[in-house]
Amino acid sequence: MSFLYLLAMQVQPAAREAMDPKVLIAAFYVFALAAFLGYQVISRVPPLLHTPLMSATNAISGISLVGSLVIAGAYEFDAHKLMAGGVDSHPSWATLMGFIAVFTATVNVVSGFGLTDRMLKMFRKDIKKKEAQK
Amino acid sequence: MENLAQPNYILEVTYLIASILFIWGLKSLSHPDTARRGMFLAEAGMAAAIIGTLFHHDIQFFGWIIAGLILGSLVGAAFAIWVPMTAMPQRTALSHAFGAIAAALVGIAEFVMHSGTMSTFTRSALGLEVMLGTLTTTGSLIACGKLQGVIRGAPVQFKGQQLLNLLIFFGMIGSFGYVLYNPAATGFFYTMVVLGFLFGVMLVIPIGSADMPVVMSLLNSYAGLSSAATGFVLGNNILIIAGTLDGFSGFILSILMCKAMNRSITNVLFGGFGAVHHEAGPGATGDMKEISLEDAAVRLAYANKVVIVPGYGLATAQAQHAVRDLANVLEDRGVTVKYGIHPVAGRMPGHMNVLLAEANVPYGDLYEMEQINPELSTTDVAVVVGANDVVNPDARDNPNSPIAGMPIVEVDKAKTVIVLKRGQGRGFSGLENPLFFKQNTNMLYGDAKATLSRLAQEVKNV
Repeated sequence: MSFLYLLAMQVQPAAREAMDPKVLIAAFYVFALAAFLGYQVISRVPPLLHTPLMSATNAISGISLVGSLVIAGAYEFDAHKLMAGGVDSHPSWATLMGFIAVFTATVNVVSGFGLTDRMLKMFRKDIKKKEAQK
Repeated sequence: MENLAQPNYILEVTYLIASILFIWGLKSLSHPDTARRGMFLAEAGMAAAIIGTLFHHDIQFFGWIIAGLILGSLVGAAFAIWVPMTAMPQRTALSHAFGAIAAALVGIAEFVMHSGTMSTFTRSALGLEVMLGTLTTTGSLIACGKLQGVIRGAPVQFKGQQLLNLLIFFGMIGSFGYVLYNPAATGFFYTMVVLGFLFGVMLVIPIGSADMPVVMSLLNSYAGLSSAATGFVLGNNILIIAGTLDGFSGFILSILMCKAMNRSITNVLFGGFGAVHHEAGPGATGDMKEISLEDAAVRLAYANKVVIVPGYGLATAQAQHAVRDLANVLEDRGVTVKYGIHPVAGRMPGHMNVLLAEANVPYGDLYEMEQINPELSTTDVAVVVGANDVVNPDARDNPNSPIAGMPIVEVDKAKTVIVLKRGQGRGFSGLENPLFFKQNTNMLYGDAKATLSRLAQEVKNV
């Protein structure tokens, strides 16, 4: 039994205990710098490409997938416990929510990049007029 | 605590590289020639980050992950291949909803599993993430429904709406505050979730279809910020970076769209926009002058310079290829054809550019409003296809107009204006457009696509 208990302990992911203040401050630095850089980079995108831009940033923010993956894979899913409710059902609920999040984020990544590329392919400098007519 | 004490260095390096590639990719979007290559870099970064994460030591069970990845890829690929360019606004709204629901669910799951051991800071980031995530989800779904025509596009307004919205908003914030104070109060947390979903609906139903470019940009911004908040909850820098880039991109676009409609961002944020303003007064009156297809063809054929100004009507009529055909015929006769594009033409930023690019219009022929306006006085014929408010001279001339001060494409300065319009009705804003009554304006009624095709045929016969 103690073996099972140990196994269960290992399965429990590290609790999100109080973030180290240094880590927290670093996170704010990252946020501030990303905001500044984002402003600089994105204000240079011409209106011509605003639709692909929206599609691309959407795909990129699909990186939230990495958070969803961890949630979908960290806990054991047990349909009986899910039905039974209570605290025991929580890991199974988390897995389900993680699964949906993995699904929607993946849709965004794949369709976002796919559509961005499809759109960008269409923007051409010079199309021979005759050729386009065909 | 294990993963805090001993970070997974390989994973962290992967994330760092991915972050750099994301920024590089976005930077390459500053020019159409470099854009595609840059996006490949961003895709490579994404792939590396996802594969790296699969080796995360918290991940023990792969069944649901694989199912989610496969299903998501299939649906995503279907979208990428089959969504027509005219439906880009709906698809984008839907993807904002998808991104936001992912962030919201991650937040809710984190709360369910770890609420007891969370620091107050983490819990506040989580609350922000879930609130932004939930309201963006339903808000985007409503926007998507309006754009797709599933929900009526007209603004839904009723008495006491503002008050109700305020109540919902403060109810949501209040529940959040109480959860911060007492993490065991899970009931309040779920109340916050429900109110978040409800608030999203309430936020978007009073907004008319014509204001969608602003709404889309704002929802984009919220979705990004909720991802960034997820980064704070999980202590994950790449999420903070990507979410912030997305959030700021949406924010910048919102500001640009607001400028292009001469509205302040607060006016947009706190409702009351997109409403139909009836107090505009009698407005312009007079007779609209109709022109025959043959006459229109003659004017176009003997022009030196033609400027085409597209609007949302171009997208609804799927007339982008027909426009291109007409332009080809004209260019064969030696007529210069340019396109003047208003920033809020269509239903999302850059909508018209994508449609025309799809129809093989070289991007060198697409001109921004500021570039085309000085040229209009030397333009022989300006052709307005399915645009209304963005060419309404009242915005410039009539200080009492609800759209006063909004910059417009000044087609009325051209020698002749030909307006392609489905019928005699008003535009989406419900405003009368004095352009239609001007001496030099000629109306050409009918479906834009059919009319343009016949016009091209007529020009050939001239």
